[in-house]
Amino acid sequence: MDPVIELDGLEVRFGGRPILKKLMASLTGQSIGLLGPNGAGKSTLLNTLLGFHQPYSGTARVLGRDIRTHAREVRSWIGYMPENDAFIGSMSGVRFVRLMAELAGLPKEQALERAHEAFFYVGLGEVRYRALGTYSLGMKQSAKLAQAIAHGPKLLFLDEPTNGLDPPARARMIQLIQEIRDRGDLRLILSSHLLRDVEECCDQVLILKDGNIAAHCDLEEERRSNRRFLELETRGAANGCFLEALEKLGCETAQGAQGRIKLVLPEGLEIRRLYELAAEQEVQIRRLNHKRDSLEDIFLKAMEAADGRL
Amino acid sequence: MAVYKKTYRPYAGRLTASWSRFLVIRRYAFEDLRRSRFLTIFYLASFLYPLIAALIIWVEHNVSALQLLNLNGASNLVRIDAGFFMTVLGWQSMMALFLAAFIGPGQISPDLTNNALSLYLARPFSRSEYVLGKLSVLLTLLSLMTWVPGLLLFGLQGYLEGWSWMTDHARIAAGLFFGAWIWILVLALLALALSAWVKWRPAAGALLFGVFFVASGFGAAINNVQQTEWGSLLNISTLMGTIWVQLFEGNDPTSNGAVFFRVSAGEHLPVWCCWAALLALCAICLSMLSRKIRGAEVVR
Repeated sequence: MDPVIELDGLEVRFGGRPILKKLMASLTGQSIGLLGPNGAGKSTLLNTLLGFHQPYSGTARVLGRDIRTHAREVRSWIGYMPENDAFIGSMSGVRFVRLMAELAGLPKEQALERAHEAFFYVGLGEVRYRALGTYSLGMKQSAKLAQAIAHGPKLLFLDEPTNGLDPPARARMIQLIQEIRDRGDLRLILSSHLLRDVEECCDQVLILKDGNIAAHCDLEEERRSNRRFLELETRGAANGCFLEALEKLGCETAQGAQGRIKLVLPEGLEIRRLYELAAEQEVQIRRLNHKRDSLEDIFLKAMEAADGRL
Repeated sequence: MAVYKKTYRPYAGRLTASWSRFLVIRRYAFEDLRRSRFLTIFYLASFLYPLIAALIIWVEHNVSALQLLNLNGASNLVRIDAGFFMTVLGWQSMMALFLAAFIGPGQISPDLTNNALSLYLARPFSRSEYVLGKLSVLLTLLSLMTWVPGLLLFGLQGYLEGWSWMTDHARIAAGLFFGAWIWILVLALLALALSAWVKWRPAAGALLFGVFFVASGFGAAINNVQQTEWGSLLNISTLMGTIWVQLFEGNDPTSNGAVFFRVSAGEHLPVWCCWAALLALCAICLSMLSRKIRGAEVVR
């Protein structure tokens, strides 16, 4: 897959203080999560890609175009949902989204049509003529998403899209993001400090810490490789023999207390064979779990300082 | 696609020309302004003086009407010359100041208050286009109030007086056009700059008057205390009036300027100083706008 964003020694400074420190990465996923604690530089990175901040040194490319030389073209491909409230309170929802679509270059008739569509799509069809200032927090978040997608961007920047949402509203927002992702005709960058949001929506993650890249990993790849790690809970007298038999099949094993076994399956060996082996050895497999190296583990590892503290 | 289908689809249709996007801002601003009944009444009332001036010009050239009213000597009471047109421009410019104070503060401050700039500027739309869009709202309305009626009156006078009068007094037309443009440009930039820095609209409107009246009072105080005329540099209407006299009458000034823009006796400044002061004011306004019109504010 072509890279969505290439960071080429990107450095951003505010008042001489480095905020992003010579970032180098190539992000290729369909949906990419930007993770990091507050102040890590996530929003600054998005704002720099949008051309709000000038790089001090280095550059970045969005869908192959340099942000220094093709800023306008880059912005024409992007739909941006900012973190904070951003709207004009006295405007009706549909008029506001239409204005934003027209500024993105849509003729006024098409902008109006797509503003209505976007509002229905995000579930605000019934309130689209109400002033934005009267919307609840969840509705405002959805309206921000509507203005971000109304002009049909190629790339969507979502900055903390579930901020302040209650659980049902959050679930609806995540579902919308997943739907947009699964359609496959636009790619998205989701910036969040909520691991669950990123885990549910993204297939690649870039973790920032103090303006540096702390980790960059492919979540899909991680999920696939984690499928080889298993935890078994067994019952039966011949547990030792079972372990030996597993090792003969090429598994790496480690025995825990009360019949617990951790093992790594070799390539080509199917889980079904474990059950067959257990039956031969008269061992009951009471539980079998894929040990998952969750995003939380990845994040915590990335956040660990040299002295081991977070 | 019907809206009830509730799905996302990419856009592959035609796009508008990128140079024309600032007009979108202008169109939406006009739609908002049209809703204000007070503004509509004020705007219509502002054309009263040009109508009276047109009537004066017509009566001046209509001997039978004067005879009918038994006012045979009235044609000598009002002279249609540079001073007449400067007075028209002065009145209209004063009205323009009120209009700018009324609509100017509402141009940028709502976008800043609601953080909407990040959305405007995340599109293929630049900061200068945004300012141009907002500026064009004020420039259009103020133009219709100042130089447009001024030139229409000039055309009426030329039509009634004859082609030779028009060619002989072409300087008046140029003075009306350029004089009004300098004024409305200064007003519009000042109104936008204050709108960008003062988020509370009534305060921004009051501050616009403050810049004119308080600063001129301060300048007059400096003149009196220091026994100098340089305090008048703070008086924008004096600066404007001096430039107008130069534009209308050239090197041979016969009047003392337009109403509200008259230069007090003994406080004449060199014309180049007035130009420099107005240019400096415009530069300050642009710098204020440049600092505030940003997609993301940096807290250092």
